[in-house]
Amino acid sequence: MTDMMPLYEVPLYEVFIRSKRGLDHRHVGSLHAEDSEQALEYARDVYTRRGEGVSIWVVKSSDIVASQEGDSASFYDPQDDKPYRHATFYKVPDEVSNL
Amino acid sequence: MPDFDASEMQARFDARIGAEERIEPKDWMPDAYRRNLIRQMSQHAHSEVIGMQPEGNWISRAPTLKRKAILLAKVQDEAGHGLYLYSATETLGATRESLVDALHEGRAKYASIFNYPSLTWADVGAIGWLVDGAAIVNQISLQRTSYGPYARAMVRICKEESFHMRQGYEIMLTLCRGSNDQRAMAQDALDRWWWPSLMMFGPHDAESAHSAQSMQWKLKRQSNDELRQKFVDQTVPQAEYLGIRIPDPKLRLDAATGHYAFGEIDWREFQRVVSGDGPCNRERLAHHVRAHDDGAWVREAAHAYQAKRAARDRVEAAS
Repeated sequence: MTDMMPLYEVPLYEVFIRSKRGLDHRHVGSLHAEDSEQALEYARDVYTRRGEGVSIWVVKSSDIVASQEGDSASFYDPQDDKPYRHATFYKVPDEVSNL
Repeated sequence: MPDFDASEMQARFDARIGAEERIEPKDWMPDAYRRNLIRQMSQHAHSEVIGMQPEGNWISRAPTLKRKAILLAKVQDEAGHGLYLYSATETLGATRESLVDALHEGRAKYASIFNYPSLTWADVGAIGWLVDGAAIVNQISLQRTSYGPYARAMVRICKEESFHMRQGYEIMLTLCRGSNDQRAMAQDALDRWWWPSLMMFGPHDAESAHSAQSMQWKLKRQSNDELRQKFVDQTVPQAEYLGIRIPDPKLRLDAATGHYAFGEIDWREFQRVVSGDGPCNRERLAHHVRAHDDGAWVREAAHAYQAKRAARDRVEAAS
């Protein structure tokens, strides 16, 4: 079996599971598979053995474009200088409700 | 693969709605449900975007740098809300282009309140307090709408919206504690924005074209009149604290029910504004068309840049 591809060349897929209708899919992990259909079957076998989900998404890891925390300060500016974007910035008198 | 016939899929859909389960993008759904959703969600999206205009009018004239920064952040949020809603609508198979075309050609509506002009700085306060206040009442209810992506967009929007109403009320409070002229300005804004705010909830339940079906599909969870009552009940005490008068001689607390009774909305005005003949309808739409056309070169440049990079990648791959 010298012509078999070594495992590291089998594409990596990221797996997302919707645990319940109405909720977002959440990233749960990754796995190797030859194609997307196989990735879906593997994800089913690996990540939903205990009824963890009602829907699975698989996405090739190489197709995910990700930012890094340390990329640049401006890309992920915590906006600490803009406290007025939060409701707590505004003083509402105790007598007033439903605001 | 089992071949489900239409009645079986319909039964499964009905069972999900009945069981309070959310419908998700890849589920089978009746065409009419899909069409109704595309109409409602895209009109909600258009409202967020058109709603930027009356407030945007005051960004360059805000009385202080602090108020300007706040208003800028709020208008920026509204653009984001439009984006969430357009994207959620696209999960139903509608293209962004078709939605914008429908708006430009007058086939799609948006909240009629944004066809009123923002004449003074107090209007910015009144919009945040009343218009966002009314929108929040509606959107809290829609967090339980039956279409998953719409419900999730509502959760995100309500969370971000919490500052909008408060900044508006704070502007009103500042004016009402100010000079006589400032108090008069706040009163004038309330006078002009009160009735259009009540109209935001739409026609009476009995006269609402889409209500019954939307309630059955659980797209709407509370009726127009229920939501309107909730808004009045929560807003009247807020106006009392400000010390300004709601322009409705029939407004009174009904001790028996604990709810406020209020006068009849001028439905002719509502119909006039909804059908395109309000104070600013033409201006709002023309501005949106112009902004869209003026932005065409940006979209074209981004596309040309992408094409150039793809061509370069092809050359590099070949060498």
